[in-house]
Amino acid sequence: MKKITLLILAFLSFCVSSYLTVHEEKKEGLILKPKASLSAYGFFKGDLKELNPAEGMLPYSLNTPLFSDYALKARFIKLPDGTGANYDAKEVFEFPKGTVLIKNFYYFNDFRKPEKGKNILETRLLIHEESGWKAYPYIWNEDQTDAFLEVAGGSKEISWKDSDGKKQKLNYLIPNMNQCKGCHIVGKEIKPIGPTARQLNGDFEYKHGTKNQLIHWQETGYLKNLPETEAIPRIFAWNDPHAGTLEQRARGWLDINCGHCHRPEGPANTSGLFLDYHTKDPFQLGIFKTPVAAGRGSGGHNYAIEPGNPDKSILVYRMASTDPGEMMPELGRTLVHEEGLALVKEWIQSLEAKDFEVKE
Amino acid sequence: MVYMKMKKLTFTSFLLLFASLVYAQEQFQKEFQTQFIMVEDGETIELPTGTFNLTTSLWLDGKKNITIKGAGRERTILTFKDQASGAEGIKVTNCEKITIEDLTVQDTKGDCIKVQETKGITFRNVLVEWTGKPNKKNGAYGLYPVMCTNVLIEKCEARGASDAGIYVGQSKHIIVRNSKAVNNVAGIEIENSLYADVYENEAIGNTGGILVFDLPGLIQKKGGYVRVFNNLIKENNYKNFAPKGNIVAKVPDGTGVMILATNNVEVFDNQIINNKTLGTGIFSYYMTEDPITDDEYYAYPTGIYIHDNTYERKRSKPTGKGRIGLMFRFKLKFGKDVPDIIYDGIKDAEKLDENKQWKPGYQICIKDNEGAEVVNIDAENDFENITFDADTYNCALNGFEKVILGSNQE
Repeated sequence: MKKITLLILAFLSFCVSSYLTVHEEKKEGLILKPKASLSAYGFFKGDLKELNPAEGMLPYSLNTPLFSDYALKARFIKLPDGTGANYDAKEVFEFPKGTVLIKNFYYFNDFRKPEKGKNILETRLLIHEESGWKAYPYIWNEDQTDAFLEVAGGSKEISWKDSDGKKQKLNYLIPNMNQCKGCHIVGKEIKPIGPTARQLNGDFEYKHGTKNQLIHWQETGYLKNLPETEAIPRIFAWNDPHAGTLEQRARGWLDINCGHCHRPEGPANTSGLFLDYHTKDPFQLGIFKTPVAAGRGSGGHNYAIEPGNPDKSILVYRMASTDPGEMMPELGRTLVHEEGLALVKEWIQSLEAKDFEVKE
Repeated sequence: MVYMKMKKLTFTSFLLLFASLVYAQEQFQKEFQTQFIMVEDGETIELPTGTFNLTTSLWLDGKKNITIKGAGRERTILTFKDQASGAEGIKVTNCEKITIEDLTVQDTKGDCIKVQETKGITFRNVLVEWTGKPNKKNGAYGLYPVMCTNVLIEKCEARGASDAGIYVGQSKHIIVRNSKAVNNVAGIEIENSLYADVYENEAIGNTGGILVFDLPGLIQKKGGYVRVFNNLIKENNYKNFAPKGNIVAKVPDGTGVMILATNNVEVFDNQIINNKTLGTGIFSYYMTEDPITDDEYYAYPTGIYIHDNTYERKRSKPTGKGRIGLMFRFKLKFGKDVPDIIYDGIKDAEKLDENKQWKPGYQICIKDNEGAEVVNIDAENDFENITFDADTYNCALNGFEKVILGSNQE
């Protein structure tokens, strides 16, 4: 019996290993184009995990970022020497070829005590190549010495202590290259999502003091044709009740979390539901809108948004779900963003049905 | 003692065996997805024999002339019962000329195979299914091409979808043939799609057999020029298990063919057998009782031609469920003798001439159907004037053409 089992085992491992060898060869050639490791790009100086930007790398943040399972993100941008992006009031700035956006995803080991160190899981690069933007996921090693390109993505078991000191754990999912594109596609092209005027229009703590990011970008030459401050749109921090109205914050949250897909040029346009910041039509925004292909994602509700009734709104149901067949966004999270959900619920609660006339 | 030791070892070996199996499955996930990403235009991805337990969708994007080929429908089985991310089993976006054949995709959390914004997609000999009893927890669509052109679905089979087994949405130039849809809410559905031929299929035991729908609020506003012929549409009496809120949740059990607000639809030479509620229904969107907030939407079915079908129906009650059930019980009162073809009678006054007759091209024509009784239920006037006057519909329509899939068609 023992013999047979061992034989099976041997045979099996032979199958697996020979399968891998064959496919490994095929993979070899592909990794060479973008660099195989993050360190090879030279974005950071010194100890890589400290993420100390090298010359020409500019850190930045967004007023309201996309929720990614409570991961923190350290963002940097690098433009080719002597170039600058063109200001745009509505869309992501027009960045020159050769621009790289670098986003590092990490958790503090203890969110109450950042000095206890962090765990960087992945770094996503958006590189503006000759043929357009390309997205590449890099996965960090256990020793936190480097990250390596993994086109097929992956997953990592992680744990941390949250801001209440509660222990959290998670099977963190790292997207594959196509999943990157799934969020970043506009029309037929990959585009960055974050760096818009409305998202960058806020302060950042630079080494030499706090400053509005757009003004700093203009001063460093990274941004051209910046208009007068009053003319620049702004999304307020979703979690700062003193900034902007409830509607502005909720719409800002929906814009960054949903609006990249749910916009007329995005892949979720099949649904006819548009959640980007520029949508004005209440029906397109989901108010009294029946679902198209939601399947069980409808949660048994009739409308994407039922004014005054968040618990009967499909939008809320799908934000509150973690089932891959129901949840929205469908990628990039395995947890519910409880605080974002509360914000959107509060906004829907504040809407009144009588303000939205239904045509018979 | 020796015996004990051996037992222990065997156990350890089994553990190891199990561990390596798990390892292998994870590795397949990665290898398959890597192939989907790295495949060069013109190549074939061959998926080997085996049952592969995958946890994330396999996604193909931006490629041309790719074939994804299994070793056979019974041999290559991709199962997603432990899916952790991505709603679909296989997802294809922004491609040209893609063929998916000879494999099974099952138990996905969302749709089995979704293909979006792709010019030229062929599904051949593909089984998509949710195993076990039909359940509202099943994913929405089996085969789901949306916003595509040149769609060919042949020799496929779909089972257990909580929305539609074979669903073509917002697409142009479509053929669905020699396929089978069983125990879905909708067997085959053509929605907001232009130029579709649906023939030689079997739609059996669904809630609704074949649906041709135009819905409001979508990017591709209009469907039409759909021909449904030579199909076997039988015993579609399965209880509706679609989650509420979805349009198909309103389809009554016992529906053979339903045309909802689509224009220019021809239904002929079909066997429409023992569908207890609506052998064939011709309905405007108003029958859904959902509000319409889309100004460009046209809610009336016009240019409908139903001819040379064979209808059979056992004497039995129609559905008692939902608003349609109430309508049958309290308004129509047909008892067990339910007419085979039911027209809601809600007409667009602008398409009628001064004698209240349809202007040419907009008629509802129903003729030469074997065993068929036709009724206009006058839903417009609260079912006051229910009429069985078959002569009203004795006309013919032309202008329906065979769909030809061509690589240069737009």
